[in-house]
Amino acid sequence: MSNEDILNPKQMPREPEKATLEGKNKFIGFWFFLGGETVLFASLFGTFLALRNSTAGGPGTEELFGLELVFIMTMLLLTSSLTSVYAMYHMKNNDFGKMQVWLGVTVALGLAFLGGELYEFNHYIHEYEFTFRSSALGSSFYTLVGFHGGHVLFGLLWIVTLMVRNAKRGLNLYNAPKFYIASLYWHFIDVVWVFIFTVVYLMGKVG
Amino acid sequence: MSTAVAQKKGFGAFIWDYLTTVDHKKIAHLYLVSGGLFFLMGGLEAMIIRIQLMKPDNEFISAGLYNEMITMHGTTMIFLAAMPLLFALMNAVVPLQIGARDVAFPFLNSLGFWLFFFGGVILNFSWFMGGAPDAGWTAYAPLSTTSPGHGVDFYVIGLQISGAGTLIGGINFLVTIVNMRAPGMSYMRMPLFTWTIFVTSTLILFAFPALTVGLFLMMFDRMFGSVFFDVAAGGNVIIWEHLFWIFGHPEVYILILPVFGVFSEVFATFSKKRLFGYSAMVFATVLIGFLGFMVWAHHMFTTGMGPVANSIFAVTTMAIAVPTGIKIFNWLFTMWGGSIKMTSAMLWSVAFIPTFTIGGMTGVMLAVAAADYQYHDTYFVVAHFHYVIVGGVVFGIFAALHYWWPKMFGKVLNEKLGKWAFWPFFIGFHLTFFIQHFLGLMGMPRRYWKFLEGQGLATGNLISTIGAFFMALGVIIFLWNVIYTAVKEPKASADPFDGRTLEWSIASPPPFYNFKQTPLVRGLDALWIEKSEGKKGMTPAEPLGDIHMPNGSILPFVMSFGLFIAGFGFIYQVDNPVWLSLVFIGMGILLGAMFVRSVKDDLGYHIHKEDLEKGDGQL
Ligand code: HEM
Ligand SMILES: [Cu+2]
Repeated sequence: MSNEDILNPKQMPREPEKATLEGKNKFIGFWFFLGGETVLFASLFGTFLALRNSTAGGPGTEELFGLELVFIMTMLLLTSSLTSVYAMYHMKNNDFGKMQVWLGVTVALGLAFLGGELYEFNHYIHEYEFTFRSSALGSSFYTLVGFHGGHVLFGLLWIVTLMVRNAKRGLNLYNAPKFYIASLYWHFIDVVWVFIFTVVYLMGKVG
Repeated sequence: MSTAVAQKKGFGAFIWDYLTTVDHKKIAHLYLVSGGLFFLMGGLEAMIIRIQLMKPDNEFISAGLYNEMITMHGTTMIFLAAMPLLFALMNAVVPLQIGARDVAFPFLNSLGFWLFFFGGVILNFSWFMGGAPDAGWTAYAPLSTTSPGHGVDFYVIGLQISGAGTLIGGINFLVTIVNMRAPGMSYMRMPLFTWTIFVTSTLILFAFPALTVGLFLMMFDRMFGSVFFDVAAGGNVIIWEHLFWIFGHPEVYILILPVFGVFSEVFATFSKKRLFGYSAMVFATVLIGFLGFMVWAHHMFTTGMGPVANSIFAVTTMAIAVPTGIKIFNWLFTMWGGSIKMTSAMLWSVAFIPTFTIGGMTGVMLAVAAADYQYHDTYFVVAHFHYVIVGGVVFGIFAALHYWWPKMFGKVLNEKLGKWAFWPFFIGFHLTFFIQHFLGLMGMPRRYWKFLEGQGLATGNLISTIGAFFMALGVIIFLWNVIYTAVKEPKASADPFDGRTLEWSIASPPPFYNFKQTPLVRGLDALWIEKSEGKKGMTPAEPLGDIHMPNGSILPFVMSFGLFIAGFGFIYQVDNPVWLSLVFIGMGILLGAMFVRSVKDDLGYHIHKEDLEKGDGQL
């Protein structure tokens, strides 16, 4: 049997993302990778917590943060996690078209989130002169939130690449694991954001 | 496509083959050669340090150059010598020990190597570009953040790139061990070396990201004007110490656990006995890995964390000595009553036991927080970690090279030269470092450029320097042995040492697909079981069939090269924004190659059953 036949069976299995050894490897390897990412963000959170009151005479978190926009952004990202679940649901039903649609919605929501973040950063910089260099709080805030934003951007590029690359040929056992781990990544980004919302913004406003 | 064909085509094809290879056995060669070269550089730096300290008030090198020497020696030895040499062993052995045809991610395996390699090259470029880093391998802020010139920038960028490679390698081996074991090989039937690599890889996964973040913060401070470590702007220099040691202490176990695995294999093989207390050994390995994350602050007793934190970290640190002790006794009991053969591999292993025990003992002394105020930053600490790292890791690597050389290169290293290399190194080692305990207790601080007449330190330092020359002699004899063996020794059989584990069930060196048929594992020491039942080799777990192999690729090299270019851009854009162009070019190369990787299908190829039958392993 050639590779093509193996990867395009007549009947797609229930879990196409784990049907081949390569798929299984990707799946578990990606979970390990997320374990490492967790330590990465934990270190950034630790740094932020150590420096959250180091304003060096500049504005502090209570003065800076408004919760409205951040709340909307949180909702956007949470919803995008849900839409990526829909996409995976359709993947398992071998409905490529619907999967692409829901991935498209996910990307749109992610873009909106990024737009909100850019607006927010811009606001802090121009209204408050609160920058990456102005205080240790600024350095740690932009690093933590910026790392997350960078992850969002990378996730978007990744998902779009997958969508475009496979648009013509549809789903097979070679690309199913790729779609699946991209969606795992997206969930992870979402979970990190929930922590950022709590630790940075909520605690910054009330704590 | 077949590697054997490529080899016959001359030097260019040979180089191209290694640049594009995804075969774990060849990647092992790459790690061994580059790790070995960095080891020689680190050794040269060590000799220069020892010559400077040979006599009181010496002027052999300047104070500034001395700082660069100690920094580059430590950094090179840990990140560019010990780590890759261990990765060479993992790559050479783990897939064979678990009966796999390759690692889980052959492409990433190659990427991991090239990232490490280019990271190391960047770091060493600093010598020719205005000076090497000079803030110690621990790079404490604010010494490092205020160090003038670009030296520390090279440290930050070099380690960031090579660290990414290490992380990738760690994940790769985790997945390989979880998913690719041959039928019948349950976790509790894995050879101990594989077990230690499994735990080591977990440590890499959870420890390296902390270093990544620490390096990012330092990079931002030095290159982009952030103020994490600038106390005037509210920064906090202790954050670096924490991040560094949250990585750094697990790192020392990342180094030592693999060689614990090596010794377990060597003692069992050359005592002709099953490893004593296998399950206790597994348990101890896992426990050490776990505790390794609970002790980082023992490096910071004198930082001023307070008595409560100091006590807690003192106790957890002492606790690690318990599982380590379990291991020492199990090795002794493995030899007890065995029919011991004192080969070179065994010699290094036996020498390790007392040496490492001394290192562990001084470790427990250092763990007494109150006493550490006296020892900290003296030569006592230098003696401690050389006893564990040289007496443990380096001895272990030598033992492993002697043991697995035939599997890697098809020839057994010459025994006589092996022993001739051992003795000067062993004696030289104790000459160099034993006396340093006392120099430390007498108050000689570490990292000082000079000591003076009349301080009572002259004799000890002279002895130490003499010892270092003996060690260098040992290394030279070992290198001579490598050449001699390649020229003079005959080809080795598949199983020259009467081994116990799967790697000895296939040819030395193995064909590029490793196992023609995946073996069926029926217990611990899988090959030994078959041999003791009178069989010649392993029973196959599958009928002969087509074998699926991954394609080689130049992309890992290209990606790493992109980061290499970008690295220089990051370092020099501080002087002139024009250099940012290098960042864009380098990142463009990286992202472009990643994009190609993502959109171009890479399905691998098949070796056909008929060819396997015809070639009979000689393909
Ligand atoms: C029983 C086990 C061990 C204990 C209790 C122990 C304890 C310690 C303590 C308390 C220190 C800090 C001393 C100071 O700076 O004042 C230290 C330093 C060090 N240890 Fe260990 N250690 C042990 C095993 C190891 C092993 C296995 C390795 C490496 C393979 C290692 C490598 C190091 C290094 C590199 C340093 C110095 C780091 C530096 O400041 O540059 N140790 N050890
Ligand atoms: Cu430690």
